[in-house]
Amino acid sequence: MTDTRTPLLRMVEITKTFPGVRALDRVTFQVDPGEVHGLVGENGAGKSTLMKILTGALQPDSGTIELRGRPVRIPDPGTGQRLGIAIIHQELTVLPELSVAENIFLGREPTGPLGLVDWSRLYRQTQALLERLDIDLDPRIRVGELTIAQQQMVEIAKALSLNADLLAMDEPTSALTERETEILFRLIQGLRDQGVTVIYISHRLEEIFQICDRITVLRDGRHIATRPVQELTPQEVVRLMVGRAITEMYPPPGQAPGPVRLEVRNLHRPPRLHGASLTLRSGEILGLAGLVGSGRTDLARAIFGVDPVERGEIRVHGRPVTLRSPADAMALGMGFVPEDRKSQGLFLQMTVRQNTVIARLKELSGRLLGLIDFRRARTEALRLVEELDIRTPSLEQTVRNLSGGNQQKIIIARWMARAPSILILDEPTRGIDVGAKAEIHALMRGLADQGVAILMISSELPEVLGVSDRVLVMREGRIVAEFHREEATQDQVMLYATGSLERLPGPPEAQA
Amino acid sequence: MSQATAVPGTSWNFRDYLQRFGILISFVLLCIALSLLSDRFLTVSNGVNVLRQITVNGIIAVGMTYVILIGDIDLSVGSVLALTSVVTADLLQKGVPVPAALGLGIGLGMALGAVNGWITVRFQVPSFITTLGMLTAARGMALTYTQGRPITGLPDGFRFLGRGEPLGIPMPILLAALVFAAAWVMLRRTRHGEYLYAMGNNPVAARLVGIHTGRYRVLVFTLSGGLSALAGLILTARLDSAQPTAGVAFELDAIAAVVLGGTRFTGGVGGLGGTLLGALIIGVLDNGINLLNISPLYEQIVKGAVIALALLIHRRAE
Repeated sequence: MTDTRTPLLRMVEITKTFPGVRALDRVTFQVDPGEVHGLVGENGAGKSTLMKILTGALQPDSGTIELRGRPVRIPDPGTGQRLGIAIIHQELTVLPELSVAENIFLGREPTGPLGLVDWSRLYRQTQALLERLDIDLDPRIRVGELTIAQQQMVEIAKALSLNADLLAMDEPTSALTERETEILFRLIQGLRDQGVTVIYISHRLEEIFQICDRITVLRDGRHIATRPVQELTPQEVVRLMVGRAITEMYPPPGQAPGPVRLEVRNLHRPPRLHGASLTLRSGEILGLAGLVGSGRTDLARAIFGVDPVERGEIRVHGRPVTLRSPADAMALGMGFVPEDRKSQGLFLQMTVRQNTVIARLKELSGRLLGLIDFRRARTEALRLVEELDIRTPSLEQTVRNLSGGNQQKIIIARWMARAPSILILDEPTRGIDVGAKAEIHALMRGLADQGVAILMISSELPEVLGVSDRVLVMREGRIVAEFHREEATQDQVMLYATGSLERLPGPPEAQA
Repeated sequence: MSQATAVPGTSWNFRDYLQRFGILISFVLLCIALSLLSDRFLTVSNGVNVLRQITVNGIIAVGMTYVILIGDIDLSVGSVLALTSVVTADLLQKGVPVPAALGLGIGLGMALGAVNGWITVRFQVPSFITTLGMLTAARGMALTYTQGRPITGLPDGFRFLGRGEPLGIPMPILLAALVFAAAWVMLRRTRHGEYLYAMGNNPVAARLVGIHTGRYRVLVFTLSGGLSALAGLILTARLDSAQPTAGVAFELDAIAAVVLGGTRFTGGVGGLGGTLLGALIIGVLDNGINLLNISPLYEQIVKGAVIALALLIHRRAE
């Protein structure tokens, strides 16, 4: 961290323009050898573009790249790889049907005299590599059988087997549990001790502050600041990212909740739900915490009629109901924002207007032939776009072209259009920048204040604790703890979520 | 990053425009080439002839457009056409009144389509497999039903469907135009159409916004079956003969028309305007091959090459 060393990487005055957008505007980015360098910024700030230029996936319009003091050109990803640059993407690229060893040494397997794969050498090499990285995995196991966290380890091992000494990680923890995140952090620290330099991209500031030595902030395609982590606070970083101070990260709590809207008793649906029960009241935000795989999403899907349950009871407004499809749940006033907006929520090739009113079309079209009243549909869509401050050039824009935050707002708008009495949100702010996140939290609070009963699932504990009026903790298909807003702490929730209270003193199992 | 403003009346966007434009270029180029090569091409009678020729494929391609839009495929259209044709012709010969026979024939086509859809949805079989089965089974039924012999000599009331010219417009062209218009309105102006696009875009999300995706899928296959039957009746009326071997490989022409028209094979993007152009290109091509006296031996090579070329131009524009 001294100024006398030559930086490992210098990207100087990088500019990149896409049709209609200047993604990067004379950005200079500098990384010292052996550091963990945090790269932060809102969605659209230019982080991904910068990383794509670094790995050779994109070419800059102007600017130069220096590696270890020597100017380099990186015309394609293969060149980037040979120069020792590797990137771990948010979406993993492992091949599930192949073994750990095959994944790591794909295309470079050691061969015997006939050109056939020398399996024992392959496994020995893999074992040695994994041991050096302190990763506890069997080289022979099929990657598809591993958890997401373990698959990520495989990908990291692969990058390092290519002798990468500059490793960029893009949102590596977005699909990990807290515990898996800790394991990943230990690995990153181990890598740093072995001299590997890491560029760490994340929306989660706690993580940035936990793992990084220095932080670079980008905003609207410009370099804003690069500072050692000790000289910054999370509030300052947020201010640098959004260009304004966000005084309160979470909206204030709501008033006292109203009557019971939803009661769930003893829902069973193997293999994930084993007798889950909850009560949800009008005007409250109920947070549902738990590890990935604890059954949170399964519970939400069961309540919304997506998957049939084996047994158990659901009461809406006090009446027992049978839900055979989401349409049934919608008729009872429910709405559901699924966890993955691209694969479960959006119609990417369709327009903002179409995506916004799709769940309202029955009311917006004639009964007999179903002719859509386009004027009303557009008016309604426009009202929602304005109300939620969805940034789009027009209602006819295809949603594929919008940012993650605006896409998420469209899905929320879709349900607000129906004025639901019960709204279930699964990971409502995953992969969304700080500004949009705060807006979505405020929206949720606003809906609750209007009397909507809200059930929110989130893997981010600060979000669960900051937004909810009441917090339920789920583990192995059951609700295992309940806290009021004031009582809940991260430690308490984690203790219940991991089951540590029942299994004292040993740590919980790592395998999900 | 401007605030949203509604643009009333525009359902076009630039890419859409390019897509149609690309296929339009191919069509115009083809017409120019043919009018230079043959002075018989650009005449009214030849134009009507081309339109009459494409009605059968055009009507089938309407159903196929729906099917492909929701991400499915219907390989059974040719066999359904044959089976419904011979059954209807047999009913007519047994003295069943024309309107009743027409209704029964189209009803049979819809039933066969519904079976395709129901099996696909209920047992979660890819529609490629289901309709491949129907392709074979329905053909087999058509052959056993007729013992392999064509049924000829049909009542005048029925033959009007193929040869009548109310107001000077040939009946097949009139029917095809009606089918296209009705199908276009349904696809672009009703919620049902918007649901189909949504299903093609993202079937998971479609279900999560309350669309009864299974029901709609069955309906789309039912529609495809019904339209195949209608196309078959027109063909039978025109030829005054129902052949159990009719419609072999018709699915390929229909799929070619849809794909040439820019409907994405994975579903969710495309529409009937493109399909109409696609069907026209294929029709003009067949017509041109005739006019130029190209040997039937080379016909398919020429056709395949031109279709591939048109697709290339089209994809480039995209």
